[in-house]
Amino acid sequence: MNRRGFIKAASFGAAGLTAACSRAKTGVEEELPSQLGAKLSAYGERSKHETAKRLVPELKRPEIGSSTTPLAETEGIITPASLHFERHHAGVPQIDPAMHTLLVQGLVDRPVVYTMAELKRLPSESHIYFVECSGNSGREWKTPGAGDVQKGFGLASCSEWTGVPVRVLLEEAGLQKEAKWMLAEGADACKMFRSLPLEKVLKDGLVAYAQNGEAIRPSQGYPLRLIVPGYEGNTNVKWLRQLKVVDQPYMAKDETSKYTDLLPDGRARQFTFEMDAKSVITHPSGGRKLPGPGFYEIRGLAWSGRGRVEKVEVSVDGGATWKAAQLQEPRLPMAFTRFRMPWEWAGNEVQIVSRAVDETGYVQPSREELTDARGSNSNYHYNGRKIWRIAADGEVHSV
Amino acid sequence: MERCTVFKPALLVLLAAGLAIAQSPKTKVGKPATPADIAQRDHFVSPDGEGLPPGKGSAAEGKKIYERRCAECHGSQGQGKDEAPLVGGQGTLATPKPLKTVGSYWPYATILFDYINRAMPFDNPGLLTYDQVYAVSALILHWNGIIGEHDVMDASTLPKVSMPNRDGFVADDRPDTGQIKKKAKPRAK
Ligand code: HEC
Repeated sequence: MNRRGFIKAASFGAAGLTAACSRAKTGVEEELPSQLGAKLSAYGERSKHETAKRLVPELKRPEIGSSTTPLAETEGIITPASLHFERHHAGVPQIDPAMHTLLVQGLVDRPVVYTMAELKRLPSESHIYFVECSGNSGREWKTPGAGDVQKGFGLASCSEWTGVPVRVLLEEAGLQKEAKWMLAEGADACKMFRSLPLEKVLKDGLVAYAQNGEAIRPSQGYPLRLIVPGYEGNTNVKWLRQLKVVDQPYMAKDETSKYTDLLPDGRARQFTFEMDAKSVITHPSGGRKLPGPGFYEIRGLAWSGRGRVEKVEVSVDGGATWKAAQLQEPRLPMAFTRFRMPWEWAGNEVQIVSRAVDETGYVQPSREELTDARGSNSNYHYNGRKIWRIAADGEVHSV
Repeated sequence: MERCTVFKPALLVLLAAGLAIAQSPKTKVGKPATPADIAQRDHFVSPDGEGLPPGKGSAAEGKKIYERRCAECHGSQGQGKDEAPLVGGQGTLATPKPLKTVGSYWPYATILFDYINRAMPFDNPGLLTYDQVYAVSALILHWNGIIGEHDVMDASTLPKVSMPNRDGFVADDRPDTGQIKKKAKPRAK
């Protein structure tokens, strides 16, 4: 490469350099801009042309509520931390990590207080897990037909989380014989807490301080949150400040009044922790328009709180016939799985829909199957199949 | 020696089975928590009342505090305003419009104390004294017809309050759909 070419390439930064080196051989060097580009920068920002953002509803009390991830505008399986959905019960606390501590106590031999620095000295693990609010798609119980992926499915996101296994902390503290449950409490204004079965958190619970390679963002629990793989989002307590080992669940407001699933006979299921298998086609999807007949790649996301996604089937005839989609590898347990299927659209009106099957053999149900089993007062844990209707003009609508 | 007040004898640990694991710390990173550290942070109240602090209050005593600290959001009689109603809904859970409140839905009175104590008033949690939390808890229970106006709520009476929907919760028996559903149930096609 000549000197002039090198300077041009350098203005693109490291990624541009690689591209320019290979381009030089193919002779398209001349197409590079002749003006110098932007300077180096300390913390990256996306291109000004990119506009994907969380949908933040207008609320009288914006400290309590949720904002949704634009899943149809993400690729692969990782959700950028900046777009991870939010669900707060009393706003985002501003925490100085130098002042933050985690207390581990209860039915243990050695109650311990950890500073953030001490937690980071402990053995660590990284895992890719989705987090889904059990209220995701909740409106579908009563008024089906969420107009787009973000509104209907955006309370789910997937990240790489790094931290200390709960097991390490509890082994350190020494569990006593009566220990059966663990309370996890946050440092937000409402000091939100949940009761979790000890068996589960010993298996794969993670006290996480990093998300996608950097410190967890304030809206995701900075500086510390609990990750309970596959369990409903609310159990993944943010701004974690206390773990108390106990002998029974403490019947928190958010495991009695809320996050319980009302059944037709007036009783409610409680401690419905696992998020059942679910999938949605993100492209083409509601609110978009196909420019015309021809080739499209149908893309979507599938996940299960009970393990790996084993199979995703796609139907382009409203559910009459199904074909297995291609699954992105590696397929990780309790993580998003990207599915893809090449498709030729003839230009006629069609209905497209996906259904996930997880490693337990469970098949994502239709809306009818769900409401047959649970009525329509459940609020939480809606995982019915989502049908999109593509009109002859290419516009995609919700069914 | 402070530990003895909080923790079970070490002998139990030696006999421990099942979930009890590792007997000795591996890294020794982190500092031992003192009873004072724990007391400062632990405000949990168990369903049988463990953790309820001293203090007491009745519905009659709770009215003034409620009017000043709760009514603007939950309505003057707990009927709900900008925020959730705290009263009513008994008998609606099996209808198309269930109304879930402390009176119709909550299985334990202890968590009412715990929740108000930790989280209410929403914009100023931690403001109320224990006496005041007992008193507004009593008021909400009274408005729901669960206790009398002059019944005194404290660490020994609150756990004994019998909540109407105490038996209204069932264990998670999913999967209830999909090919591996447990109970065969005729399905409308
Ligand atoms: C500024 C408004 C506001 C004030 C003042 C307020 N609350 Fe609340 N309250 C809320 C909000 C918002 C929620 C819902 C919180 C959630 O869902 O996490 C709530 C929830 C509750 C609940 C749970 C209701 C349910 O069925 O789940 C109770 C009980 C409650 N408040 C009691 C009180 C009491 C007692 C007071 C006065 C000491 C009070 N609140 C003052 C806003 C308020």
